[in-house]
Amino acid sequence: MQDIIQQLEEKRDKARLGGGEPRIEAQHKKGKLTARERIELLLDPGSFEEWDMFVGHRCTDFGMEEQTIPGDGVVTGYGTVNGRLIFVFSQDFTVFGGSLSEAHAEKICKVMDQAMKVGAPVIGLNDSGGARIQEGVASLAGYAEVFQRNVLASGVVPQISMIMGPCAGGAVYSPAMTDFIFMVKDSSYMFVTGPDVVKTVTHEEVTHEELGGAETHTGKSGVADKAFENDMEALLYLRRFIDYLPANNKEKPPVRSTPDPASRVEMSLDTLVPDNPNKPYDMKELITKMVDEGDFFELQPEYAGNIIIGFGRVEGQTVGIVANQPMVLAGCLDISSSIKAARFVRFCDCFNIPIVTLVDVPGFMPGTAQEYGGIIKHGAKLLFAFAEATVPKITVITRKAYGGAYDVMSSKHLRGDVNFAWPSAEIAVMGPKGAVEIIFRSDIGDTEKIEQRTEEYRQRFANPFIAGHRGFIDDVIMPHNTRMRVARSLRMLRDKKLENPWKKHANIPL
Amino acid sequence: MIKKILIANRGEIACRVIKTAKKMGIATVAVYSDADTDALHKQMADEAVHIGPAPSAESYLVIDKILDAIRQTGADAVHPGYGFLSENAGFAEALEKEGVIFIGPPVGAINAMGDKIASKILAEKANVSTVPGHTEAVLDPDDAVKIANDIGYPVMLKASAGGGGKGMRLAWNDEECRDGLERAVNEAMSSFGDDRVFVEKFIEQPRHIEIQIIADKHGNTVYLGERECSIQRRHQKVLEEAPSPFLDEKTRKAMGEEAVALAKAVDYYSAGTVEFIVDSDKNFFFLEMNTRLQVEHPVTELITGCDLVEMMINVANGEKLPITQKDVTLTGWALEARVYAEDPFRNFLPSIGRLNRYKGPVENANVRVDTGVYEGGEISMYYDPMIAKLVTYGDDRAEALSHMQAALDAYYIRGVSHNIGFLAALVAHPKFAAGDTTTNFIADEYPDGFHPQDLPSEDPTIQIAVAASVHRAYQQRAAEISGQTPDHERQVSDDWVVVLKDGEHPVTVRVAADGFFVIIEGTTHELQTDWKLGETLMRGNLDGRNICIQVERQNISYRLTHAGSQDDILVLSPRHAELNTHMLVKEPPDTSKLLLSPMPGLLVSVAVESGQEIKSGEELAVIEAMKMENVLRAERDGRISTVKAAAGDSLAVDQIIMEFE
Repeated sequence: MQDIIQQLEEKRDKARLGGGEPRIEAQHKKGKLTARERIELLLDPGSFEEWDMFVGHRCTDFGMEEQTIPGDGVVTGYGTVNGRLIFVFSQDFTVFGGSLSEAHAEKICKVMDQAMKVGAPVIGLNDSGGARIQEGVASLAGYAEVFQRNVLASGVVPQISMIMGPCAGGAVYSPAMTDFIFMVKDSSYMFVTGPDVVKTVTHEEVTHEELGGAETHTGKSGVADKAFENDMEALLYLRRFIDYLPANNKEKPPVRSTPDPASRVEMSLDTLVPDNPNKPYDMKELITKMVDEGDFFELQPEYAGNIIIGFGRVEGQTVGIVANQPMVLAGCLDISSSIKAARFVRFCDCFNIPIVTLVDVPGFMPGTAQEYGGIIKHGAKLLFAFAEATVPKITVITRKAYGGAYDVMSSKHLRGDVNFAWPSAEIAVMGPKGAVEIIFRSDIGDTEKIEQRTEEYRQRFANPFIAGHRGFIDDVIMPHNTRMRVARSLRMLRDKKLENPWKKHANIPL
Repeated sequence: MIKKILIANRGEIACRVIKTAKKMGIATVAVYSDADTDALHKQMADEAVHIGPAPSAESYLVIDKILDAIRQTGADAVHPGYGFLSENAGFAEALEKEGVIFIGPPVGAINAMGDKIASKILAEKANVSTVPGHTEAVLDPDDAVKIANDIGYPVMLKASAGGGGKGMRLAWNDEECRDGLERAVNEAMSSFGDDRVFVEKFIEQPRHIEIQIIADKHGNTVYLGERECSIQRRHQKVLEEAPSPFLDEKTRKAMGEEAVALAKAVDYYSAGTVEFIVDSDKNFFFLEMNTRLQVEHPVTELITGCDLVEMMINVANGEKLPITQKDVTLTGWALEARVYAEDPFRNFLPSIGRLNRYKGPVENANVRVDTGVYEGGEISMYYDPMIAKLVTYGDDRAEALSHMQAALDAYYIRGVSHNIGFLAALVAHPKFAAGDTTTNFIADEYPDGFHPQDLPSEDPTIQIAVAASVHRAYQQRAAEISGQTPDHERQVSDDWVVVLKDGEHPVTVRVAADGFFVIIEGTTHELQTDWKLGETLMRGNLDGRNICIQVERQNISYRLTHAGSQDDILVLSPRHAELNTHMLVKEPPDTSKLLLSPMPGLLVSVAVESGQEIKSGEELAVIEAMKMENVLRAERDGRISTVKAAAGDSLAVDQIIMEFE
């Protein structure tokens, strides 16, 4: 007995040491923490229950049988974030470069299976060189097992990937199928094929960072949702992010108290929309003045800036916010912004998070780049997502809501529950100038006449009243009351029940 | 009797005049340009008349438009405020013709004081001390050198029509005098269309001290003490105070009496200011007379109890002054700080835009805020970017100063850059606190401009206690989130580590009924506060000392702003603090190979393309900001690697426009 306990302690010590002191030191030198240290940052102190510490690989080729390290390069288990259960796996770069063996994959699958059974989120901390080459196809099988579980868990429990080191080749597809991908600046990268292969095939010379660093994926590709300065910021801020999310698709998001009254009036919002309809303003000001304590967790802030997405709270309850941003491309919808917002809307709908949509949209972006790129299909994604969503949907039109883009942005016709307009709202088929040039085509060339017609059109249609007359908007609200009116609507909708017809799944235009 | 006053001005001074008019039961008319349709002065007035496009040359400076507004509204008097038409004799004359009362001095006085040389001659005749020098314009370098030798070096060569430091040249010897004259004449001609330049003695260690006078139409003139305005940046006043820490009763009386003599010499009535330059031996010399209400008049009002605008209106009505010289007493001390929308760290570049967040300090008997803006308002590119005048009062200078520090701490402005930190640094400066100041103070103390490290160093106890308490409160709330296993909720520890720039500070924080107990190195500090989560301003009492500190929650840190300094502070558990030591300190990116946008604006054009060779001085791009085109040029020879922005892009500050190889 004594002997067994001693052996146990020895094994645990060995597991805790991972790839050994020199490798830990090397990891630290790069500003990276070890797999276990990262878990210490993420979870409540003392809450981590580790599983499979003694698992080792089963490879006997290339001398691998001589090298086994208990745990096999990934630390798995469960614990709590602010007392709420989450499952976690954290890849250990100090052990075989965090490479994925069959056993390593089995450990990940085990926590994913358990998370599905009890309905709790799965957080992956990725830091892996890729497949364990020595294991060959067994390693590939391991990836696929994880992929399959990612898909089955999708829409059942939230899945979050934090990329904290390399993530290359097939390995990227597990994070790619999770709900959110976060990255750590300067120390993480993701790509399907690395710079060496790229050079051979396309003759492009590119660094790891340029090809798949945090800046690339948060700014250019839109693959990642946000980048953090270092491991510390990444994991501590991730704790705050988890607080927005429900444990699974059958539960509502968690609630916490706030001293910020729902009745808070923001007089300054009355001057947010400039008199000149072509002058931009910052929609984020409305968001931060509407949500509790001005606290807004923006996702994809560096990508497709013409639309803003993220989480906030109203009266302590999570809301997903989708907003056109007039500061970027006049807030128009294009391919990137449609894809960005569509996926976010679908996440909110999966996990019972009410959606507040703030609209100032002059239409879809014109041009060959957009048409050739498939704006028809990609724009349809956002339309589809809003139309399909059954969670509470509140819309506030602050200024322009023109044409098809008006329909798309959570309009009444797409089962919007409460649709408000500010007095500055212009809900119309298009802007006055464009409309007049079509309706009064024969008058083009007569500047005076066109100007007069434009003014007439503006008077008649560039306001919220036509839409109000038809009941397409429920009320015209003063900007300073927006928080209060949205809060009341959310309260009214708290027990909303709406179901789509039974189907295997819908066929969203992918 | 005046029944309706039109205020031919905008911003804080228009609001200031409207307040007094309302108090006196007089109706008010505001005028406003396109840029001021939502301005506070327009909202405050009983009536408002639109007078044209945003540029002041097409609105606030157009006499005919003001006259139209008068006719439209039936105003029977006009207060000109300061700036704009306030010292325009033509405007005063036009009003006289229109039969409308000008709330200001007689036309003759405005004319007499409008010219530097003429006013100096007038002052000499009235036996007012003037700076030794020659009052006639000199054009010939030999004449200038002769005069300079007569009065002794150093001398100042000054444009007669000058102002704002333009057309001024300092000379310490004959050579500099010759050279300086030529330059001053050229600059005077190009800036003012008037090449008259005169030579006068240059006063070393100068202080700027001015006398406020008020006179009625019945020949009564009194002086209301002095204001010291030595703290100036490029001849723009930054801090003003009354009384001056430098003057004694005898000098004050002598200066006051000379100011009155000068006013009488031009049959002055209404409010006016006689500016003097004072040397280190308390010799004073007449500089100029401003025939209007000054920006810094509130400090005089606070120590004399007079409402200068009210007195101006009564004088304009023909009433006698309610006081004589012996009634004037100076009680207590007043300080004024000019809060500007400008970026002290970018060479005081004006900052324009929307005031996303604006909250001034609470006004009371010790704190006065004269402003023309509000949260959600706009700082326009067309006018002076002043946000407010912050004025504090105390029984003595130390008290006024401490009120000023507290009020600056409470001043919360977001959306535009502002100079609160700079003002806080100035009032915390030991030399200023000692009253040891000259007009060169800012240039001497901050010779290379103002930098973040010039901000006063913060007492770490306040930062540690506040950051730890705020963090403890946020953690407590986080630990009360729903969805936890009942009876197994997260317990928040009391032990934390506050990470400051200078290192780690372990603390224990306990929540108390009315705040927190924070134990730092064995000493218990009591922080009483009713601060609530999410609030950006924490008012409280730390160990018996009142504090006011701005708290903004960042991703994982807290940004605390206090006494002008701003710091991002982490609060971590002891174990996390240990792990934090592994985080790399990231060097700020090397910007030497980048062309960054120096200001927010529109990229009008890019003159180069990727791969192009460039020569030093070559045009790279043009940015339009504040209606001005700014040409960015290459600083050295090289080659463009990539152009990152395109013509038509809106640029943020520091946005990368192109990269060099």
